[in-house]
Amino acid sequence: MTTPVETGRTVKLEILRQDTEGGATRWEKFEVPYRPGMNVISALMGIQQNPVTSDGQKTSPVTWDMNCLEEVCGACSMVINGRPRQSCSTLIDQLEQPIRLEPMKTFPVVRDLQVDRSRMFNALKKVKAWVPIDGSYDLGEGPRMPERKRQWAYELSKCMTCGVCMEACPNVSEGASFIGPAPLSQVRLFNTHPTGAMNKDERLAEIMGDGGLANCGNSQNCVAACPKGIPLTTSIAALNRSTTVQMFRNFFGSDNMVD
Amino acid sequence: MVTILSGYLKVLRGVIVLSKNHEFYWRRLHSLLGVIPVGLFLVFHLSLNFTATGGEDNYNNSIGIMEYVPHYLLLIVEWIVIYIPILFHGLYGLYIAFTATPNLNRFGTFRNWMFVLQRFTGVFLVIFIAWHIFQTRIQKALGADVDFNMMEEIVSNPFMLAFYIVGIISATFHLANGLWSFLVSWGITQSSSAQKVATYVTMIFFVLLSIVGVAAILAFV
Repeated sequence: MTTPVETGRTVKLEILRQDTEGGATRWEKFEVPYRPGMNVISALMGIQQNPVTSDGQKTSPVTWDMNCLEEVCGACSMVINGRPRQSCSTLIDQLEQPIRLEPMKTFPVVRDLQVDRSRMFNALKKVKAWVPIDGSYDLGEGPRMPERKRQWAYELSKCMTCGVCMEACPNVSEGASFIGPAPLSQVRLFNTHPTGAMNKDERLAEIMGDGGLANCGNSQNCVAACPKGIPLTTSIAALNRSTTVQMFRNFFGSDNMVD
Repeated sequence: MVTILSGYLKVLRGVIVLSKNHEFYWRRLHSLLGVIPVGLFLVFHLSLNFTATGGEDNYNNSIGIMEYVPHYLLLIVEWIVIYIPILFHGLYGLYIAFTATPNLNRFGTFRNWMFVLQRFTGVFLVIFIAWHIFQTRIQKALGADVDFNMMEEIVSNPFMLAFYIVGIISATFHLANGLWSFLVSWGITQSSSAQKVATYVTMIFFVLLSIVGVAAILAFV
């Protein structure tokens, strides 16, 4: 066991606390011992070990979500100094102090920094963000995907449903019905896949419903905020083009064939 | 104010619920009407007013062309090309503007500024255009003559002149930036580089049309 490095320095944090869903909120200040290479999660763990505010008041330990700790699961997103990002990959050394932590309030807050991202997962179900491959008999291999297409489609597949784009978007909120950037980009991903494209009209029909694609207001915050650098606004513009064509098909009649 | 606003939102939400699952088409209609015919009308309107820079007679002669159009035909064209599209674009636009939660303090990017300015100018234009129609078109219906003198009288009040200049610049900005988002919304500009080129082109358009519009209003001073 290595002993913790005593630096004598501390990390100052201000955290927006909330005990129950829909309950009252309050700011609490904390000070935890600094260690080299800390991230926001290790600072939160410091509070967990000693849940006392900087004015010496005993309080409940701060709650947050985390899982992979390497920025691929998307669970630990929160608003850090005003910007939504992952608390695992956000390093203390790169932040201005006091570090202000808030939950992503575009989602229902469960407790403290923990939010319920269900609306994103429901949106993925709604737009059929998968490739249907099951049949009553062996359907065999699907068509091949061109390599050049695969390369940019891979970028879209990096989405980890972390919710940062949803928090950054001014048109996504609990009161508004907009589906948000991440699920839209997944429609482009699965409509690009050669087997997925066999159902692309169904996905387009979903995002042409209420709260769909057209609710995008082009603030382009999503692409600025995405931790994975996914070209979300290009996806949205590409879907705008696909739905324009689909709209003409719907208006002037078609036999519902995909192409 | 808040109760009026929330009541208004409730009514609008009711209308939108009636049109269930057709939001995509309403939004696309909103985008289309902003350019055709409302945007085209603005360009025509400001260009016609620009003739005022050539003097009182020049302006009165230009707008005199309208007198040749039969009265009933002019009314039909006015309602179809101007009032109905602008009313829909304005009211639906208010709904869009007030359902957003602006976050400029957290994302101070160029596009987010444009997003907020588009909504801000849109709300202002509803007020400005309502006043402008009252001050000119409704007065005409009540028997006043729409001519150089009418505008000269209006802008002789410095507050009115300022109000009109802000209104004109809001309208030219709202159209230019609206053209940019029209190109995105219909899937015409897709890549970020195409969207960047469209930003330059629409902003040049904004500057040029603003010069035409402001020069026209200053000609009445």
